[in-house]
Amino acid sequence: MSSLEEPLGFDKLPSMSTIERIQRYSSGACRPYENNMGMGSRWIEGRSCSTSNSYELQFKGECFYAILSQEDYDEGTREALPWTRHNRDFYKEDSFNQRTSSLCRNDVVQGNGFDSWYSPDHQYNSKSDEKGIQNLTNKFIKSIPKYVKIVEVGPRDGLQNEKDIVPTAVKVELIHRLVSSGLSVVEATSFVSPNGFLSWCKGSSGFASASESFSKSNVNCSIEESLARYGAVTRAAKELSIPVRGYVSCVVGCPVEGAIPPSKVAYVAKELYEMGCFEISLGDTIGVATPGTVVPMLEAVMAVVPVENLAVHFHDTYGQSLPNILVSLQMGISIVDTSISGLGGCPYAKGASGNVATEDVVYMLDGLGVKTNVDLAKLMKAGDFISKQLGRPSGSKTAIALCRVAADGSKI
Amino acid sequence: MGMGAAGLKEEVVARLILTNQMNFIYGAGFPFHLKVNASMLSFPKQDYDEGTREALPWTRHNRDFYKEDSFNQRTSSLCRNDVVQGNGFDSWYSPDHQYNSKRDEKGIQNLTNKFIKSIPKYVKIVEVGPRDGLQNEKDIVPTAVKVELIHRLVSSGLSVVEATSFVSPNGFLSWCKGSSGFASASESFSKSNVNCSIEESLARYGAVTRAKELSIPVRGYVSCVVGCPVEGAIPPSKVAYVAKELYEMGCFEISLGDTIGVATPGTVVPMLEAVMAVVPVENLAVHFHDTYGQSLPNILVSLQMGISIVDTSISGLGGCPYAKGASGNVATEDVVYMLDGLGVKTNVDLAKLMKAGDFISKQLGRPSGSKTAIALCRVAADGSKI
Repeated sequence: MSSLEEPLGFDKLPSMSTIERIQRYSSGACRPYENNMGMGSRWIEGRSCSTSNSYELQFKGECFYAILSQEDYDEGTREALPWTRHNRDFYKEDSFNQRTSSLCRNDVVQGNGFDSWYSPDHQYNSKSDEKGIQNLTNKFIKSIPKYVKIVEVGPRDGLQNEKDIVPTAVKVELIHRLVSSGLSVVEATSFVSPNGFLSWCKGSSGFASASESFSKSNVNCSIEESLARYGAVTRAAKELSIPVRGYVSCVVGCPVEGAIPPSKVAYVAKELYEMGCFEISLGDTIGVATPGTVVPMLEAVMAVVPVENLAVHFHDTYGQSLPNILVSLQMGISIVDTSISGLGGCPYAKGASGNVATEDVVYMLDGLGVKTNVDLAKLMKAGDFISKQLGRPSGSKTAIALCRVAADGSKI
Repeated sequence: MGMGAAGLKEEVVARLILTNQMNFIYGAGFPFHLKVNASMLSFPKQDYDEGTREALPWTRHNRDFYKEDSFNQRTSSLCRNDVVQGNGFDSWYSPDHQYNSKRDEKGIQNLTNKFIKSIPKYVKIVEVGPRDGLQNEKDIVPTAVKVELIHRLVSSGLSVVEATSFVSPNGFLSWCKGSSGFASASESFSKSNVNCSIEESLARYGAVTRAKELSIPVRGYVSCVVGCPVEGAIPPSKVAYVAKELYEMGCFEISLGDTIGVATPGTVVPMLEAVMAVVPVENLAVHFHDTYGQSLPNILVSLQMGISIVDTSISGLGGCPYAKGASGNVATEDVVYMLDGLGVKTNVDLAKLMKAGDFISKQLGRPSGSKTAIALCRVAADGSKI
């Protein structure tokens, strides 16, 4: 992981090409176009570990999962979960990483391992439940992918929405910390290389709206015009082996048009995919989606774009992003866009604010036993850093709660 | 507390009867069952054509945000129809690009059914703001404010509103203790919060059975159903034990509380599995805290598992003072917004609910704890600028 931790020094612009630089900092992000299938596992491979057993030995969290068994659950064990009062050294990786989610995950994976320490007179072992209820559990949790890739959009989507321009050094430090936490994909701000390469933001992303009105107000052209424009971009990028990520905005609702038909979203997503985007991120730009509207939208899109090439990008404007992410995961989505501390939103949709906070999503995924390769303690340090820089509290409830627990822990 | 003057009781009762929407109100020191059928909201079927600009609450056209007609009809009907009837939008989109979800592979169609179909058609919302919410305020909230809040909440369609406890001068059991049984699934939390062990709590709530004899319905509460600040993770079997005891004592409903807000769907599912094996699901409610932002996904998965009763608090008022760092009941507005979008009937009018939230937020002098409320207020404000 060492190559990922080196600061990029965007303002220094070393002599190597833009592509090489990006490849160094985000190992999986710049795979040649022809290798865009199965990018999920390739991300891990780019970091010199595989998804086989050897992977489990390389990371503390994984190693612990292998060891923890039912015998470890006895009355004397005070698990140092992040929110327990025993965990005074909150930011120490050992205690935190081991415990953050392993118990929860084991509880799901192995059934109820706690009975051994409870009074034998009152044994309600979930394994002896009626078959019906056991199937229910499987149905709602089992379909969730085992590994989810988190795409951190904070430095791009988040910081570009700040009123005051954030100094480059701060951005670089933030990216450094985010990458240190294990995030394999961090979207940085756009910049134009002096070599005249395509500006990275425009060269590697295709933004299209599923709403005509939003398209006209946001990028000043119709959907068809946007798609034509990005067709040119993706063709150029393909020749240069630059992978392009597509974005569809207003996938559920638009401030002008109201509800957006799933078929329209599917059309735009399919066009972007056929143009060559290796991944298409479906964005609920104004945050109005609920699981009831996410499901038909995903149904339509998944009929025309493979699920492994789809990401979801929800906004927490109405507080709905986490249930929307949950149902997306249940449907097989395994890529989620998030933003550290909930930075950023959409300036063109009035009232829209609030990317979903990375910390909150990682907390939920940890509890579900989903692998993310992200270390929540280190992630919180990144969030803490940028919140202090911006001079305002974190937009993440998890971060606020865990900080309070750490503070309280020292009083016991 | 202790405001059990007969005059107050009458005033509260009088206001509530006038709203004509009450099913239960308890916690007000009187063993009333006011059973009046709540009016059912109708969701008209929509004609989808290009000219229609649906006045959804968050669209710029909807300037008269608080007008019930436009708002009520549109808040969720589109979303709901989209789920229930399949994709009804194709008629106005270019026929060259028809991606009709009905023609999807059977596999994907089944997926939809699986994750949405199991959700109950009707969910009862138990509004705990006036009790759980306001009792956590540093400054005592004046009774008149509480009464007005309750009145507004009831007006929005909420059939169950938990009010603060007060002791009637007639010597009835103090409602809080007499009609609710609080038990913790965590020994340590039990000792620190109610100063007795779980067994002792349960014995004490044998008073519950006496209440039952008096025809006072008793609601049971289990706290720390997933985690406790001292003990860490709580075994589902323990939660099931406590819930079963409360149920067998005679509680008509048991509310399962994630007191410190640490639960995620991964821990909610095994906990509910265990409890549902010993208590019928129709007698179970969930009470999540949003301390870690997890309450809505937790509610969603609970609904998927068949739970149909959810405790919420207007504007996200309140939390638990005994669990350090714990704060934040889930906001009623956010939950109603999600349920509306899922096509679940709640009988709650979101516009009226927001008026209640707006009222109490102004009274307390702080912003709402509900993102939905904040977002919709901003939309209403922006709407007037277009």
